[in-house]
Amino acid sequence: MLAFIIRRLLQSILVMLAVALVSFGLFRFIGDPIHNMVGQEATAAEREQLRQDLGLNDPVPLQFARFVGNALRGEFGLSYRMARPVTDVIMERLPATLELALISGIGALALGIALGVYTALRRDGWLSQFIMSASLIGVSLPIFLIGILLIYVFAVELQVLPAFGRGETVRIGWWTTGLLTESGLKSLIMPAITLGLYQLTLIMRLVRAEMLEVLRTDYIKFARARGLSDRAVHFGHALKNTLLPVITIAGLQIGSIIAFAIVTETVFQWPGVGLLFITAIQFVDIPVMAAYLVLIALIFVVINLIVDLLYFAVDPRLRVQRSGRGH
Amino acid sequence: MKPPAHNQPAGNTPLLSVRNLRIEFPTRRGTLVAIDDVSFDIARGEVLGMVGESGAGKSLTGAAIIGLLEPPGRIAAGEVLLDGEPIHTLPAERMRKIRGRRISMIFQDPLTSLNPLYTVGRQITETILTHRDIGEAAARKRAIELLAEVGIPAPDQRVDHYPHQFSGGMRQRVVIALALCAEPELIIADEPTTALDVSVQAQIIDLLKRLCRDHHTAVMLVTHDMGVIAEAADRVAVMYAGRLAEIGPVRAVVQQPQHPYTRGLMGSIPVLGADVHRLVQIDGAMPRLNAIPPGCAFNPRCTEAFARCRS
Amino acid sequence: MNTLTEKSKTDSLLARILDSDIFHSFIRSPVTVVSAIVTVVMIVAALSAPLISPHNPFDPATLNLMEGFTPPMVANEFTGNVYWFGTDAQGRDIFSAILYGSRVSLLVGFAAVGLAAVLGITLGLMSGYLGGWVDALIMRIADVQLSFPAILIALLIFGVFKGIIPPAMQDQMAIYVLILAIGLSDWVQYARTVRSSTMAEKNKEYVQAARVIGVPAPLILLRHILPNVMGPVLVIATIGLALAIILESTLSFLGVGVPPTQPSLGTLIRVGQDYLFSGEWWIVLFPGMTLLILALSVNLLGDWLRDALNPRLR
Repeated sequence: MLAFIIRRLLQSILVMLAVALVSFGLFRFIGDPIHNMVGQEATAAEREQLRQDLGLNDPVPLQFARFVGNALRGEFGLSYRMARPVTDVIMERLPATLELALISGIGALALGIALGVYTALRRDGWLSQFIMSASLIGVSLPIFLIGILLIYVFAVELQVLPAFGRGETVRIGWWTTGLLTESGLKSLIMPAITLGLYQLTLIMRLVRAEMLEVLRTDYIKFARARGLSDRAVHFGHALKNTLLPVITIAGLQIGSIIAFAIVTETVFQWPGVGLLFITAIQFVDIPVMAAYLVLIALIFVVINLIVDLLYFAVDPRLRVQRSGRGH
Repeated sequence: MKPPAHNQPAGNTPLLSVRNLRIEFPTRRGTLVAIDDVSFDIARGEVLGMVGESGAGKSLTGAAIIGLLEPPGRIAAGEVLLDGEPIHTLPAERMRKIRGRRISMIFQDPLTSLNPLYTVGRQITETILTHRDIGEAAARKRAIELLAEVGIPAPDQRVDHYPHQFSGGMRQRVVIALALCAEPELIIADEPTTALDVSVQAQIIDLLKRLCRDHHTAVMLVTHDMGVIAEAADRVAVMYAGRLAEIGPVRAVVQQPQHPYTRGLMGSIPVLGADVHRLVQIDGAMPRLNAIPPGCAFNPRCTEAFARCRS
Repeated sequence: MNTLTEKSKTDSLLARILDSDIFHSFIRSPVTVVSAIVTVVMIVAALSAPLISPHNPFDPATLNLMEGFTPPMVANEFTGNVYWFGTDAQGRDIFSAILYGSRVSLLVGFAAVGLAAVLGITLGLMSGYLGGWVDALIMRIADVQLSFPAILIALLIFGVFKGIIPPAMQDQMAIYVLILAIGLSDWVQYARTVRSSTMAEKNKEYVQAARVIGVPAPLILLRHILPNVMGPVLVIATIGLALAIILESTLSFLGVGVPPTQPSLGTLIRVGQDYLFSGEWWIVLFPGMTLLILALSVNLLGDWLRDALNPRLR
């Protein structure tokens, strides 16, 4: 098991290095970093001096090593647009995104599994058919449309929920939370639904397909042949096997929620890192783009490691070594 | 033992009686008849072998008896009687109580028959607790006894192991323990040795035979291996293209097969020390379900067919 | 006794199509028939937009500011003109804008799917047929890319091009960059599917035989292996088209897609969103509905196609 974890850690480090390389490539080769740092009036000599000071004349591998070193210390330089350290800007906005992603992710996962199991077990029932059809609409509905629709109904027409922003927040250390105030919670409802709905439909369809697959297996047939009750067969035997592959996909989904937050944050003007990233792209604010990329990759890698560990907890085939073979 | 059924005189009632069974699969292009007019009995404690090529309908018959026919397949005609009582019409919940308790089933592949995520002990106790009104601890004790009975060494440790920690033969022993754990009257063993190493096959057949004799359990042994039948069965039923070609005591069928198909089947078994130059082979292949010829299903391949066979 | 209901057998291609399982499952599913019709109508309408649209929404000469914010099906208070879907702030006919917008959305969608499919199939065939380090390299890249959502990849590619292309040319190039970004973000599925089919096919006797008699590898891939993977590829491409249309509209909505001078459905929605608060709901509603119906129809077709080609899952 330890060997496996070490191997996965090494793989994760490789992925991070690959992403860092892309980030570095962005940083170093897109546009001229010097051009973005000094004004038009700087002389050629001043530019050259800055170039030398920043190490931009060093060999590229050395520059990359320096980039990685800085990234490890959380230093990504100054934002071109805001002229503030990128790390500060991101840390300020990270709590908003993480709270949104976490709430909608948990909701999507819980509801998605429940609905997926239900539609698999009652696959010919009218409610299942209805849920499946509705889920196809959910997959076809771009998430910004969901957001706009919710805003129109609940903010413009009914005026019960705020149309944008995060509401009042409470500061706990460096973290700001909207979960402790009424306006914060109210502000969270629509963005969380918008962000979660698409993931919900995906998880539900996945759980359904996986469950149908498991229900066809021999051990489920054998469990039935032994006279176990439907409840024991479905929830005791089938569900656990269904959830095994779902863990992997759900991990990926939770990661992609953070990326999809870009859209939700734009619709609701939610002050998170996604909105920051979109603005960065529009203004070609390379240091912010590069840092965001590394951050997202880090979150993905951490989630993947957690998924691997969960597998160990659930699947005895990984946890317990084969023994006592023979005869 | 169970009290005799009310509507038939005791003693004469076979444990299982399949009468004119017909299984159909409705498809867009018409209805496929997978099993047609199959009738046979199994007496208490008897081992009935069921042979035939793949696709002949052996497993389907087994699934129909235990009530696990997969849709869209359905019993279109005929009946299945357990102790003289029809069971093919029972509501799902009552049929479920018969499964495992009175009729059990063993599947072909022991590698996929056990849930990989639970210990074998948990799977056995779960089954015992479903059918017996005993406590958790007693069920676990019984599970260890069962594992010992099917010949698994150190059962008190193995009971907490997961399926992947057992070899194929050992897993099939666990499967047999599972099938036996509520003391059923009939076990449907669907190709129980096909997926195993040849060296293990005989052990498993011996085990099955011994256990069923000890517990007075009847077995419907589905296989395509005549050797297994000759070794273990009391009577044998030969299936071909969804019909019963022949049924009778093993000795009689093996030595004096009546149906030309059975004769062909027997001729194709190599016999050690027998003075034959070449094995007999049956030309052609079994017809597809949508192209079964009129009359005897075997007539196009039969060397002895005459007019009556074709209508 | 024959258990199969006999069908008269005709040899003509039409008859064979009409008798095929695929066609039957198509006719049997009214939802599929409707979505096929809707999809075709929308594609035709988008293609013939210059012919059928009442106005050219992007010719400033035809716009009348007096007609701004005319609600749908209500006569304008100054000119008396009636617009089916109403008009926007500049008096632009929403219906015409939608026709022209779907053109852009469909163009980007089809082109991106084409790019992704060609790239994915090529890499998948290479990966599956050649194996070795080529396979390892392609599949590692695929793994890494697959762990990031398409939208992030597309945004990144878009950002890179924004940094490379001189600002003066950006509007002009935007649509190509968009196609490239979406296409490059979506090749992995094709590659994976084609790779596994290729690996399965390449060891079959007929491929071995072709290799033995000296048929060159590219020809084997094209003639023998490719036809075998077209079914799943078609399914992926159909669902991919819906995804590409949604992704395009999302990027345009985020303001990183096509420029406002050449609006797609997403751009129309982005612009219309601002008027939602002042009550001009039609500016955003109709483009939004069009987008939803288009994506839904294509998704339904893809869903049906997957089930029809893979009966086991039904």
